[in-house]
Amino acid sequence: MSELTGITLSRARDLLTKGEVSSKELTQAHVQAVEAARSLNAYITETPDKALKMAEASDARRAKGEAGVVEGIPLAVKDLFCTEGVLTTAGSHILDGFKPPYESTVTGNLWRNGAVMLGKANLDEFAMGSSNETSYHGPVENPWRRQGDNRPLVPGGSSGGSAAAVAARAALAATGTDTGGSIRQPASFAGIVGMKPTYGRCSRWGIVAFASSLDQAGPMTRSVRDAAIMLRAMAGHDEKDSTSVDLPVPDYEQALTGDIRGLKVGIPREYRVEGMPQEIEALWQQGIQWLKDAGAEPVDISLPRTHYALPAYYIIAPAEASSNLARYDGVRFGLRAEGAGSLEELYELTREAGFGREVKRRVLIGTYVLSAGYYDAYYNKARKVRTLIAQDFHDAYKEVDVILAPTAPSAAFAIGDLVDDPIAMYLNDVFTVPASLAGLPAISVPAGLSGDGLPLGLQLIGKAFDEETVLRVGGVLEDAAQFTHEPAFVAGR
Amino acid sequence: MAVDKDTVAKIAKLARIRVEPEQQEALTQELSNILRWVEHLGELDTDGVEPMTSVVEMNLKMREDEVADGRRQNDIVANAPESKHGFFVVPRVVE
Repeated sequence: MSELTGITLSRARDLLTKGEVSSKELTQAHVQAVEAARSLNAYITETPDKALKMAEASDARRAKGEAGVVEGIPLAVKDLFCTEGVLTTAGSHILDGFKPPYESTVTGNLWRNGAVMLGKANLDEFAMGSSNETSYHGPVENPWRRQGDNRPLVPGGSSGGSAAAVAARAALAATGTDTGGSIRQPASFAGIVGMKPTYGRCSRWGIVAFASSLDQAGPMTRSVRDAAIMLRAMAGHDEKDSTSVDLPVPDYEQALTGDIRGLKVGIPREYRVEGMPQEIEALWQQGIQWLKDAGAEPVDISLPRTHYALPAYYIIAPAEASSNLARYDGVRFGLRAEGAGSLEELYELTREAGFGREVKRRVLIGTYVLSAGYYDAYYNKARKVRTLIAQDFHDAYKEVDVILAPTAPSAAFAIGDLVDDPIAMYLNDVFTVPASLAGLPAISVPAGLSGDGLPLGLQLIGKAFDEETVLRVGGVLEDAAQFTHEPAFVAGR
Repeated sequence: MAVDKDTVAKIAKLARIRVEPEQQEALTQELSNILRWVEHLGELDTDGVEPMTSVVEMNLKMREDEVADGRRQNDIVANAPESKHGFFVVPRVVE
């Protein structure tokens, strides 16, 4: 079976097109892989019956000559996307039993384009975390192990289940969401490709909201081409999300020409942070050389306010979260605490029982920075800093076409290592948060291994709505890196 | 700025999250650490800078003022922990 689960999405698409495999065969192989990978805890809910039905329907459509962009392709869906009639938890206790009566726009687009759902992937609670350890449904194990060390590692987060499933060959691809790095950092930790498109490229409708001015859906795949295919199937204007842009969705695969001659690649000096491991610096230099060899021109640039991105993010995101999470009240959906004597007490007891520690921390920080007397000092200050950070990128793009940087300041760490140190955990997002604050498209491409055998990603950040350049350069980086290493755990092997 | 236990109790009340007394100490410490860390922002001069309201320059679209969806009362209460006759049920609020 691993011959059908070990291939890329684009290869599977070609086999389906040629009639060499049916969606049903492909899906059956993946349903078995999902079962075989249970020890990773990558899925919160498996939907094998639904998957097989969707696969049969896909084969029937294909027989009639109707095939969408991802026709017959089995996928994992981050459990932050509402799926009609299928349990949607957001990794939280407070959404116990919640079966949405509607489908998110992005997953609806995928099904309309022919995709098949394998199940709902684990994540940090409400996407708040960088290690998938805040999930009420338990941590996810990274399928990778350090050489000579069998301790389980985190897959990164918050899209940790999506990353682990794709890396372990328990899905051809997955959806993720990225608020401050939640697609790119787990992609780097799990040795896969992860792309956050420009804010507004994908509809947020039906995605459980964390920080609405930052949240954006994107693909997690095993190749850059697969990311291009997935993004095309996910993106598009949606009347139900007023921040989704009304721009045509390009055929992103056409952008993968491999030709980056003359392209100017910015190398931001502020991303060379204190304490960054030498091997990440070396990989970054290697990446610069690869792009140079392909005819691009590296340009040293400055993004002077980079240092302030992370603190600004940890004001803005919790502020928005505290508002968005006000809806979990024990009345309309999910958990309701027992024994409340009043409505007030019902809210307080439900939210105390239903939210985990990190979510409570962020809701409280958010409530504080929005409260009377502190709004200007914290929230408005952070929004002004956000303007300056976006300005830094704007200035840089007068000189360069795309920016190259590491994705994360380390490789995957062990489960439990950072769980008691929130700020150390937040620092994982130091290279991903600036592009999030500026709303820019960015991709993480697996580029090499750390000294102890763990994957490391390089990140490309593009101009707003220029996903095509990001993908094109990502494709060149991928070709040069020839990252063919496999994780210690591969489903069904 | 560090926050004290009373402030934490006050924001917990505003956020409608019960914080048990034995958790207050640790939470106060954690929130203080985070707030001290974000205060680096004070180093940056932001005089005359507009706070960001929208990360992508765009105009909101207008649409016809028409009902596009509705009559879904059953769907809406389907996930409620408790509902009766198409309404959400909560503890008594009016004596």
